[in-house]
Amino acid sequence: MNGRILNFALFAVLLAGALASLLAGRVWLPPNDVVEGLLSPNATLAGLIVGELRLPRLILAVCVGASLGLSGAVLQGLLRNPLAEAGLLGISTGAALGAVVAIYYGLTASFALATPLLGLLGGFIAAALAFALSRSGGTLALILAGAAVSSVAAAGLALALNLAPNPYAAFEITTWLLGSLADRTWDHVWLGVPFMAVGCGLLFLTAPSLDALSIGEAQAESLGVNLKRVRLMALAGTAMAVGAATAVTGAVGFIGLVAPHLVRPFVGYRPGRVLLPSALLGAVMLLAADIGTRLMSYNTEIKLGVITSIIGAPFFLWLVLSMRKRAP
Amino acid sequence: MSALAASGVELTRGARRVLAGVSASFAPGSFTAVIGPNGAGKSTLMAVLAGLLKPDAGRVTLDGETLTRLTPKALARARAYLPQSPRAEWPISVERLVALGLTPQLPFFGDVAPDEAAKVHAALEACDLMALKGQAATTLSGGELARAMLARAIVGDPPLLLVDEPTAGLDPRHALDAMARLKARADAGRTVIAAVHDLGLALGHASRVVALRAGRVLADVAAGDVDAGLLKALYDVDARIVRDDAGVSVRYF
Repeated sequence: MNGRILNFALFAVLLAGALASLLAGRVWLPPNDVVEGLLSPNATLAGLIVGELRLPRLILAVCVGASLGLSGAVLQGLLRNPLAEAGLLGISTGAALGAVVAIYYGLTASFALATPLLGLLGGFIAAALAFALSRSGGTLALILAGAAVSSVAAAGLALALNLAPNPYAAFEITTWLLGSLADRTWDHVWLGVPFMAVGCGLLFLTAPSLDALSIGEAQAESLGVNLKRVRLMALAGTAMAVGAATAVTGAVGFIGLVAPHLVRPFVGYRPGRVLLPSALLGAVMLLAADIGTRLMSYNTEIKLGVITSIIGAPFFLWLVLSMRKRAP
Repeated sequence: MSALAASGVELTRGARRVLAGVSASFAPGSFTAVIGPNGAGKSTLMAVLAGLLKPDAGRVTLDGETLTRLTPKALARARAYLPQSPRAEWPISVERLVALGLTPQLPFFGDVAPDEAAKVHAALEACDLMALKGQAATTLSGGELARAMLARAIVGDPPLLLVDEPTAGLDPRHALDAMARLKARADAGRTVIAAVHDLGLALGHASRVVALRAGRVLADVAAGDVDAGLLKALYDVDARIVRDDAGVSVRYF
């Protein structure tokens, strides 16, 4: 019951946030201008701002946040590790490396969507590598394989920065790595959202197996859970959802880590029930962070990944401390 | 009907031959205790009998059907398996934990239906857990958790029940309760197999004993026929078995 109220409340907050994100920004739009602009056949300034800039940005923020929160919840349930998230398995780093390769070789100049496409590919390769390396082993093997893939991808990122042909390329790579939703277009939506939708669908399908896994792998298997298939579904789902998310926005940390922890007490710690509220909370958090980047308008834009890390890291520390108090 | 039969089961792990040709059959209505020294292969045999480990050679059949050819779901409905010292990974409530035993019966999404809630209630009551049903499973004592896990295993009323060390960590009363509960299931026509270390409990409650040593079946006898000679051959200890009205006790010296 508690969980249902939580889902409803999160959904309501998400709607409010979505509305706010359409109105807030460098140009503040009154609500009636927005409605008028979207409905009228003639191009108005408000209609252009909302239709071409803020609406795709809003859709991406919601989908990316949901993907991050959901995959964090699934991976924590699958690996029964409170630190698990897409980054732990190297998927977001792999996606970042793919995107950076596109920037490094200047592919973006000839083809605008080269960055997200190569990012997606990088995420898939990282997930496939982690899966292949851990095929014969269990949960720990998957975590270790993921950590290895993640380190290799991080080394690749460092190399790309080191070898950047000119300071401008290096700057472009760094800013991209910080994550942002600024200047994302409908093309990004059409490219990223289908992958995120299919990925999230796969992730949601793992829910009953995650519940069974809360009494360990042997018992889950005896209850009919096909561990290999669940692992494959979780990894493929994460590769699609987070791979696409990272490919479109750059690296955004901490949402996948923190969102599941925040909602877990409200659903009685049932790993399968954590999924939906985690996705909703992830969307709310990313949307709030994106609105934050627009409101804090200094000379340089504060990047999305920077906001989530600055707020997320201390928050995570508090979470660790308070969890230790609750369960000695 | 749930007759389980193993024939010529062999399993090698690393360089070690854990099971070296085990054959045994388990009839409905029987309660078989698998006994043997540490490292004899009891737990491995339990996992093979449960269909969770695939033997390198030989086969295990349930009502004539090879286990590895059943779908995981069909197998899950036919048998329950409780491994040694199971752990709860999240602080879910005891009631929730027990309800997980109904996973094979549940629809993909959706909650526990009323008749299933009744089954959970009955299992909680049978395992003396009513007072603990709202408590987080991670805060239970070892014995309480063992009881909760046993309730999880029997909640779906499986025709075949395999339990690895059901009495480890239980106090005398709850150990006796657990064995009596397993025996009652066998008396009701289910097939029950338990790996047990406490010989007094095993001989007092089980109808049959399969003695395992170094991956081979040393003896497969009625519980009443286990004698000091067998225990000597099995554990290398001298033992005296006293059978009286109060049950069976085994003394070593």
